[in-house]
Amino acid sequence: MNMETIISIKPLLAILVSLLVVPILVLSGKRPNVREACTFLAAGVKFLIVLSMVPVILNGTQIVYTIAEVIPGVALKLRVDAFGMLFALVSSSLWIVTSAYSIGYMRGLKEHSQTRYFCFFALALSATIGVAFSANLLTLYLFYEMLSFATYPLVTHHQDHEARSSGRKYLLYIVGTSIGFVLPAMLISYSLAGTLDFSSQGFLAGTASKPLIGLLCFMFLFGFAKAAIMPFHSWLPAAMVAPTPVSALLHAVAVVKVGVFCVARVLTGVFGTNLLFSLNLNVPIIYIASFTIMAGSLIALSQDNLKRLLAFSTIAQLSYIVLGVGLLSPKGMTGGMLHIAMHAFGKITLFFCAGAIFVATGKKNISDMIGIGRRMPVTMAAFFIGSLSIIGMPPCGGFISKWYLVLGSLQAHQMTILFVLLTSSLLNAAYFMPFVYKAFFCRPEDAMFENKVQEAPAFCVVPLVITATISVILLFYPQPFLRLARMMVQSITGV
Amino acid sequence: MSEQYPALLVVVPLLSALVVSVAGWVNKRLCFPIAVAALGVTAWSCVGLLLRVLDEGVIVYKLGGWTPPMGIAYYIDYLNSLVLPVVSIVALLNLIANKKGIEQQFPDKTGPFYTLYLLMVTGLLGIVVTGDAFNLYVLLEIAALTGYGLLAMGEERAPLATLNYLYMGTIGACFYLLGVGYLYIVTGSLNMVDIAGLLPPLYQSKAVLAAFIICMVGVWLKMAFFPLHAWLPNAYTYANSAASSLIAPLVTKVMVYVMIRLILTVFTPEFVFTTLAVSDAVVWLAVIAIVMGAVLALAERNLKKMLTYIVVAEVGYMVGGAWLGNRDGMTGAILHIVNDALMTLCVFMVVGNIVYKVKGYAFEDLQGLFRKMPFTMAALVIGAMSIIGVPPTCGFFSKWYLIVGAISAGHYGFMAALIFSSIVSVVLFFRVFEICYYEPFADHHGHDNHSGGMDEAPVSMVVPLLIVAVILIVVGLYTGDIVNHVIQFAIPEAMV
Repeated sequence: MNMETIISIKPLLAILVSLLVVPILVLSGKRPNVREACTFLAAGVKFLIVLSMVPVILNGTQIVYTIAEVIPGVALKLRVDAFGMLFALVSSSLWIVTSAYSIGYMRGLKEHSQTRYFCFFALALSATIGVAFSANLLTLYLFYEMLSFATYPLVTHHQDHEARSSGRKYLLYIVGTSIGFVLPAMLISYSLAGTLDFSSQGFLAGTASKPLIGLLCFMFLFGFAKAAIMPFHSWLPAAMVAPTPVSALLHAVAVVKVGVFCVARVLTGVFGTNLLFSLNLNVPIIYIASFTIMAGSLIALSQDNLKRLLAFSTIAQLSYIVLGVGLLSPKGMTGGMLHIAMHAFGKITLFFCAGAIFVATGKKNISDMIGIGRRMPVTMAAFFIGSLSIIGMPPCGGFISKWYLVLGSLQAHQMTILFVLLTSSLLNAAYFMPFVYKAFFCRPEDAMFENKVQEAPAFCVVPLVITATISVILLFYPQPFLRLARMMVQSITGV
Repeated sequence: MSEQYPALLVVVPLLSALVVSVAGWVNKRLCFPIAVAALGVTAWSCVGLLLRVLDEGVIVYKLGGWTPPMGIAYYIDYLNSLVLPVVSIVALLNLIANKKGIEQQFPDKTGPFYTLYLLMVTGLLGIVVTGDAFNLYVLLEIAALTGYGLLAMGEERAPLATLNYLYMGTIGACFYLLGVGYLYIVTGSLNMVDIAGLLPPLYQSKAVLAAFIICMVGVWLKMAFFPLHAWLPNAYTYANSAASSLIAPLVTKVMVYVMIRLILTVFTPEFVFTTLAVSDAVVWLAVIAIVMGAVLALAERNLKKMLTYIVVAEVGYMVGGAWLGNRDGMTGAILHIVNDALMTLCVFMVVGNIVYKVKGYAFEDLQGLFRKMPFTMAALVIGAMSIIGVPPTCGFFSKWYLIVGAISAGHYGFMAALIFSSIVSVVLFFRVFEICYYEPFADHHGHDNHSGGMDEAPVSMVVPLLIVAVILIVVGLYTGDIVNHVIQFAIPEAMV
């Protein structure tokens, strides 16, 4: 596919906005209102820049920008295509919502070092957009690593013993795999092909023997441990010690989606669907993903800590995306890419709810939340919508992506996968619905809260209402995400 | 004026060293400005030379008008024109940053200290610029003797550690001299280019082989290539910060330069990699150096000493890269001379700032430093990223070339060692960051503001440090240009 391209500095600006706001945040650290206004400003500007590129992308044009030619043949280069745009749109729009939520949460709990928190949050978003707009593996790796290190101070925000041990786990898994697997795999690919630029059918075809291609494939698959594919998943539950807005935006949307985005990008742009298909590499990938889906959902069943439950649910849901791309059928890939957006809005709602409950009541465990629906009806209604979206039931956006995944597995003649998808939906229902049920319907004597409505601060509640609403709207109006995903799949498969 | 740059960059620091030592008797406050001015002029001529080489190609400067091979000639080619600015700029920035530290530690000895400092820089620049194998030995000794003097001015254990270094360093220099003697016997010349022209018929000669091996061992001793590294950690750790942050970045790197010069110019790659055919074994030695350096660094509970073991590991990077025997590996090694000098400077300057404020560099002394010294710690983070090899810092790109070289040489052990050392570096630095970040622990996770204020080092120390940190990123982004316009021409075309 020869795409029309235009050169524009806009993608770089979209990345730099949140990077350049960091010094301003530091300087305004003494005046929280100014600081948060700056965060909003940066988030808004970033979203507008991303948004301004949407029409161009929908026209089938790509935007490219070269930052520097760092290695002969490999430049630090940005390219905006439909898939990158889909992801950038999701994360930049949710940053605005999360910024509002952060204010409610951090001030509600009187957290320390809020300036540091907002600075690294901005930095993390720069890196996220950078990953979305990377034109080659080197640029992708650069922003991937930047994100790993920028999120460390956020994960360990509390600076206590638990934060330290979680931080260690986080680094060990994320950085250990990226240096241990991705870096050598990237350099071997470079030695083989002499280029690292993503292209619609990859650049590795015909450069190496079958076993080496297979090895590289798995080095990339597990190397991007942010995708939390088992057995490299256990950093994610550990990272739940972070303040909830971090868990919400980073560990349900930005960071983890960067992981699956990288996996999807590498599978399609480095290996290419034809190569994967001809070597039958997609079969082990979808089975690894299926295993992660089932195991993640089963473990989630046994969790009492709400955030940990959500973390395991996220692990399972992330593998849907890998699964969709691994199916290599047009519908399956569309579903996988679409799930990035659909899951994002659903899961961030759930995390916002968990955080709102914590701010309002200080409760972290599900067993302590019986009857919470009477005390926080708006929050729990949003939670219900979010969980419907994750289960994949109408009237929520999650339904569409699951629908495409189901169609995709039929298209690829993978009946086992169909079974996995349906079972997993049942499991999702099994871990969410009892909680929602007990939150609203319990005998008055069992209720742990007074029958008096008392929600979290407005800054917490409004964002979660917004994301829940968007989750519903996405079912009826899944554009532009659906169109972007379709465009990307079309450019890969030609269908 | 620009014709005289090659002479200026040695003569200026040499003469100003004498001026400074006299000025020290008159008025101690004169020493610092003179030293800075001298190094400023030196750095200026080094950069000027680099630009001229980029413009005109190799420059031959005949010292005193004597023609080689009788007279001493300075050859400024793409290889040393790249190293010269690094040496001079590192020396200049470090001097400016350490003014306060030097005055704090040696209020009475500032004059002699600056004199030694300038002489040391003279020696290092001379080693890099000279095209004469014997002249190189002389300058080697100038740099070494002044280095001993500088390093010995430190803690209680510094003189003993330096004495150890003196023994080992002297042996190393003697080995090198012996090797040059052999070369002189078989070729009758001391001029590097001349020797290279005379050697090819003698490649099978045992004397040439002996000369090469003896020179290499001497140089390896001087650069602390494992297992000849034992003198380095103590000598660098117990020295004063101004000396260690001059010597740690430069001496080992200049010695790596000498090794590469010997391989590329004097003995030629053809002899080293084809006739000798021991490169595989040397790269395995480098693998051991890297792994041991990393493991020994892990065993330290002391920031400065940990960094010295990282220096040992980094030497392994460069020796291994140079001995891979292909273009990418050699590019990586040369690039790493530049990058490692800068990043070692960065982390050692950080130690300097910490010592200035906290009066210690053991892990226990580092508690709460992110709050107390945020700018210094920011620089440490960037330096650490570069040592770990995170893009876009420069350390990533030299590692890139080294690994690509390892892959194309089929030497996967070297690749594994580089990856291993990167991961160990993550552990090393995050262990430090953890201490600086978490401790002292709050009883419960504190929602209060840790209101303990900032206690940053003086501006004159922080600004040069931040400049170095920024340079780490800028050099990283300009890697493509450095390789395309400089290093590419420094490696003979015969190497592929």
